[in-house]
Amino acid sequence: MMQEMGRDLLASRELAWRLFVRDTSAQYRQSLLGILWAFIPPLVAAFPFVFLDSQGIIAIQGTSIPYPAFAMIGTIIWQAFVDALNCPLSSMAAARSMLTRINFPREAILLSGLMQVVFRLKIRLVLLAGVCVWFQIAPPSTILLFPFGLMALILVGFAIGIVLTPIGLLYSDIQHAIPLGTMFLMYLTPVLYPQPKAGVAGILAHWNPLTPLVTSTRDWLTIGGVNQLGAFAAVTAVAVLLLFGGWAMYRLSMPHIIARIGN
Amino acid sequence: MSEEVLIRVDRSSKKFCRSLKRSLWYGACDMLSELNPFVHGHAGRSDADQPENANSQLRRDEFWAVNNVSFELRRGECLGLIGRNGAGKTTLLKMLNGLVRPDQGLIEMHGRVGGLIALGAGFNPILSGRENIYVNGSVLGLTNTEIEKQLDEIIDFADIREFIDSPVQCYSSGMQVRLGFAVATALEPDILLLDEVLAVGDASFRSKCYRRISNMRKKAAVVFVSHSMDQISRICDRTLVMTRGTACSYGTPAEGVLQYELLNAENEGDGDQPFLSLSDPIRTFSAFPAYEKLNSGQPLSIRFSLTSTKIIDDFTIGIFIYNASGGVAADGRFPAQDHLLMLQCGTTEFTLELSSIPLKRGTYHLSFTVTSTQGEILVWSYKQHRLIISHTSQNTIADCQLILNH
Repeated sequence: MMQEMGRDLLASRELAWRLFVRDTSAQYRQSLLGILWAFIPPLVAAFPFVFLDSQGIIAIQGTSIPYPAFAMIGTIIWQAFVDALNCPLSSMAAARSMLTRINFPREAILLSGLMQVVFRLKIRLVLLAGVCVWFQIAPPSTILLFPFGLMALILVGFAIGIVLTPIGLLYSDIQHAIPLGTMFLMYLTPVLYPQPKAGVAGILAHWNPLTPLVTSTRDWLTIGGVNQLGAFAAVTAVAVLLLFGGWAMYRLSMPHIIARIGN
Repeated sequence: MSEEVLIRVDRSSKKFCRSLKRSLWYGACDMLSELNPFVHGHAGRSDADQPENANSQLRRDEFWAVNNVSFELRRGECLGLIGRNGAGKTTLLKMLNGLVRPDQGLIEMHGRVGGLIALGAGFNPILSGRENIYVNGSVLGLTNTEIEKQLDEIIDFADIREFIDSPVQCYSSGMQVRLGFAVATALEPDILLLDEVLAVGDASFRSKCYRRISNMRKKAAVVFVSHSMDQISRICDRTLVMTRGTACSYGTPAEGVLQYELLNAENEGDGDQPFLSLSDPIRTFSAFPAYEKLNSGQPLSIRFSLTSTKIIDDFTIGIFIYNASGGVAADGRFPAQDHLLMLQCGTTEFTLELSSIPLKRGTYHLSFTVTSTQGEILVWSYKQHRLIISHTSQNTIADCQLILNH
């Protein structure tokens, strides 16, 4: 089984790249704003909070950098996770007609989805750099760890996404629930606010496995320091296990799904 | 050619579910049981000899879409898969292609499998034809260098050089099919699965496809699904006839075609009912063919009896012979004046002699029309008479579109 998985993954690289190029170029060819669409979700997510904070309607305390920068960096990081979580199911759903008609390594679809996630993230890094320059944030030496933070977020998102994929292809409920779920999750995770230390929020943030990923990644870029390295490593390790389990499950369930979703 | 068996299907079955809700639920259950390491005996894994596993039970609303089908195919052989709509042909092809796993039984495929189950699946409408060739080629398993090597040939075969750099959404459906076929056959597979792909495309492209398929089958095993018995007899060297998921006959194309026509004849009541429609001034119409069964090439005389309330001095009699698949196998028109006929007030009887019925073996139906000089249909007797051609000279397999002599 493991051998087959590895072999198919290798075999699907070239195809995945083709599919990625196809989807990306088709996407931007049929759009006026094109690549700008990669910028929009994190900006839209951050804007209301930045606005409310600037008007004094809500006051978010304790950020070590100016709040607009804090919020925007947070949402950009968060978007990488959300994208990765969405990607397996949405790319499988888009490839549905191909899946039911042609036999090819199914890993190609996942891989090309992952390539798109990384591609959009790279575009957003430009935005991120712009934010840092604008707010004059001098990156500390821990910026070297920053890419690992992003990778871990993508890994966790992708692992969750792949586990949801088989059932999500059968029942559309999952697809409806994901956008709501991720939005809800964002408010429960210290993305737009610093990690609270007390109260229910403090307990939630403490046990939320995404907290160490989001806060560490942001801190590595902005203020330095390696506080939650242990938690970070633990979550990443669990995600790796989840990814492999989900992948194996995905392979086993594919023939059943294709038989059920028909043409 | 070589004796190498490329496809071996052993007592394979697949069940489908009529209700979507249940189907999805069963799918979820199947996936869970697949993940459960304590449940053994999954389909498709060497348990063909254990009929007593859970997969052999039909749950509520389920039926066998493919039921206990077995066959073998060697390199150089071409199997025609025929049957009425919904008989399980496409499902069987999907099982062969590995898209769908059998619930029971075993399928072995040796070599590279090329499936034309749907042409152009994976075409992106926004991208140009050239870009789509690369994408579609790699989806089908061609490497980059293979595609580059064959790019010109593909474009030439599809005959779309002018449009190769325009987006595929501007292509006509015929052009898309041509491109899809050209890419899919560039694969040079050991096993080629073709699902009614020749039903589309114009005549010249179709004949090009035949040539390519017959070239490929020298090196490959071909499974070919079609509703055109003509194509089946031309391409295949054996046939598998399916009804309701089971293989009801496995043999030569001639046997298969006959079996298929019988099947169609059996189910004729389904909507192709015989009828007689009369309009003024005709009151009654009867036709009496001299024989119901005859040998190919024999003459046939048909006696007609009509009652009219008016004198009709000119009209045309049409005779149509339908084959079992519903197509017109032969037709003829007989202007009454050529035969010195006219309808009197009251009953008129006359006989038409057809000098030869050179049709191939099979079951046919006769239809008659009587049309006035203005083109108004006065009598339409549709498939009220059966005609069985029981014997043909040596393997007459071509359908002939002929005008009956008189």
